[in-house]
Amino acid sequence: MTVPVNYTLRPQTPLGMLMWFGIAVLGAGAVGGIALSRGETINSLWFIVAAVCVYAIGYRFYSAFIAARVLMIDPTRATPAERHNDGRDFVPTNKWIVFGHHFAAIAGPGPLIGPTLAAQFGYLPGTLWILIGAVLGGCVQDFVILFFSTRRDGRSLGQMARDELGPIGGVAALLGVMTIMIILIAVLGLVVVNAMKHSPWATSTVAATIPIAILVGLYMRNLRPGRVLEGTLLGVALLLFAVWGGGWVDHQPGLREWFDYAGPDLALLVIGYGFAAAVLPVWLLLAPRDYLSTFMKLGTIIALAVAIVILHPDIRMPALTRFIDGSGPIFGGKLFPFVFITIACGAISGFHSLIASGTTPKLLSSERDMRMIGYGGMMMESFVAMMAMIAATVLDPGVFFAINSPAGIVGADPATAVATISGWGFPVSAAQMQELARQMGEATLFARTGGAPSLAVGMSSIFSSAFGTGLLAVWYHFAIMFEALFILTTLDAGTRVARFMLQDMIGNLVPALGRTSWIPGVLLTSAVVVSAWGYFLYMGTIDPLGGINSLWPLFGISNQMLAAIALCVATTILMKSRRARYAPVTALPLAWLVTITSAAAWEKLFSPELRIGFLAHAHDLAAKLAGGAIAPEKIAQTRQIIFNDHLNAALTLLFLVITWVLVLDTLRVSWRAFTGHVRPPLSEVPHIPSRLVENWVRD
Amino acid sequence: MRWPTLRRLWRALRALSGDDAYERYLAHWREHHASEGAPLDRRAFFRTEQERKWNGIKRCC
Repeated sequence: MTVPVNYTLRPQTPLGMLMWFGIAVLGAGAVGGIALSRGETINSLWFIVAAVCVYAIGYRFYSAFIAARVLMIDPTRATPAERHNDGRDFVPTNKWIVFGHHFAAIAGPGPLIGPTLAAQFGYLPGTLWILIGAVLGGCVQDFVILFFSTRRDGRSLGQMARDELGPIGGVAALLGVMTIMIILIAVLGLVVVNAMKHSPWATSTVAATIPIAILVGLYMRNLRPGRVLEGTLLGVALLLFAVWGGGWVDHQPGLREWFDYAGPDLALLVIGYGFAAAVLPVWLLLAPRDYLSTFMKLGTIIALAVAIVILHPDIRMPALTRFIDGSGPIFGGKLFPFVFITIACGAISGFHSLIASGTTPKLLSSERDMRMIGYGGMMMESFVAMMAMIAATVLDPGVFFAINSPAGIVGADPATAVATISGWGFPVSAAQMQELARQMGEATLFARTGGAPSLAVGMSSIFSSAFGTGLLAVWYHFAIMFEALFILTTLDAGTRVARFMLQDMIGNLVPALGRTSWIPGVLLTSAVVVSAWGYFLYMGTIDPLGGINSLWPLFGISNQMLAAIALCVATTILMKSRRARYAPVTALPLAWLVTITSAAAWEKLFSPELRIGFLAHAHDLAAKLAGGAIAPEKIAQTRQIIFNDHLNAALTLLFLVITWVLVLDTLRVSWRAFTGHVRPPLSEVPHIPSRLVENWVRD
Repeated sequence: MRWPTLRRLWRALRALSGDDAYERYLAHWREHHASEGAPLDRRAFFRTEQERKWNGIKRCC
């Protein structure tokens, strides 16, 4: 078998050998230091060094192996962008530009929130999973899906599943994408709601992002058409002003009440907003908001990286906490499998396969660029997750738990909460929390679940130490605004995509509803999508255990299920292309994902622990209801929660079934391929030589 | 920093943000569709482009 590209799989010179040996030793030392440290604190520089060394080695050796041997990247082959160059969708683009687009598309709030929640187990499990999961799983998934989609004219994951596995695989993939979208939007909405709960500053700042986006939209459409940079710059300046203005609003009695809401009310507002954003024209709200959030996101992530490197604060969280036994306050469940479910984005995220089989393959000018964009892009995202882990664990563990534990677990009043948390061995006092809330410009920081507030506290302490003290409250609300901005972008864009998919599906039955220009059809399908996620969001805000406890694991399971679907497709293609020898590259991460998804789904369904098993929780409440132990005014709500438990259980079961249907279908098609029957046939497009290779000088 | 470096950075920023989309469209149009009447003006191009671009999955979690 020939190797079409000259990838050097091992260092060629003694100096290179020595250098990589040095990096390996340094990386092993850093990872070992993190893993074995049992002192009071450990410096966050160790985390940065460990991450950089692990990524460097993974990229240099493993991704080169995948490129050369497993995929056999062939730069002489014309990419879809070159063959179909239409100046619109298919455009051969410089690899750094594609990298920028790809990274901006895959990096959302997921890698920031997951590690923050998983920090309840201590810093070690999450950190190891982020590093190992990314290098051996997530980066590989993004890379191979990008490759296979490029070889198929940029076809989507769902289409590839249908082409390579058959109709069952196709339907399962479509259903999977639809449900993950609903759960994702609900849980992200809940994160925003919990960050704005009874905080006039945060609420008014986040509310201001809507008129600002509209203003930018009008600017780019009517005043100065297509001047994206000017419009974005104007918008960013206004956003910074809104952060400051929110502080002003907070100090105006009479005005601040207008922005002071409880969770359920905020949920209704977010639902109304989501519906409006889905039916309004994209140029008015969606597109300008996306420009703004992309700039804020990249800018803030870079600033955070710089600040962490300059400051390298000490990590105060222990390596492992007592909560690895499953009794954690933020979400219930043991270390295995729940750390792997909680940190999805940042280690391996199925959602990326939708981007890697969407816009990105249509922009590649050479197959050679895929390694950096696919494998390297995910490495960057994993690094973002590492920074989130650092920002969460530099907090005092007592403070971390006080912010993130729901009132239903630790008690509603501050005295009980601090007593419970201190009793766990994480000392914290009510006065300390009061002082912290005052510094951050909030009324209280107790029970602000969802990860965003604690991340904002961590970020603001890092930012204010690195870039000037005294502005803690402004930095805190800047961080909240930054998170809310791109969560709301995901919410708008996700609702819209789910609406398109729904219209696509029912358009086959009722053609009128499938037309994207027929207003009643648009309103109806948007309402269906918004009420689907809105239901879960609203239920999350009235859940006494904190909705994150049930919604985040559901999101994690669905995201890992999507990753399993992507790896099923990849493994099938490898088997069918007679490269069974290399199939373990995708089959081993797939086996691991199926193991953790099944284990987590099983626990969420059948665990007798009330905070883990949906069914156990429902039975417990039903028994209490029957026994008359529920106060009369809570009866309706309790019935609702019981119904909701059953709904969550049904969804979990659906995810489990989809995953296994795909796995069995993959085994079936792979076995046939192994015995010489490649059916359905491979859908790879034939080789057409690239003409860009000779006359195109790369810069 | 030398000027050419800055210019390249500026070009990269414009390309990344899509600020130069109209220029790129004009270049493509001149090369491939020059015989088909007039190209879209800046305003019309921006409107059709934005509507079309949002018909798909753009952002991740």
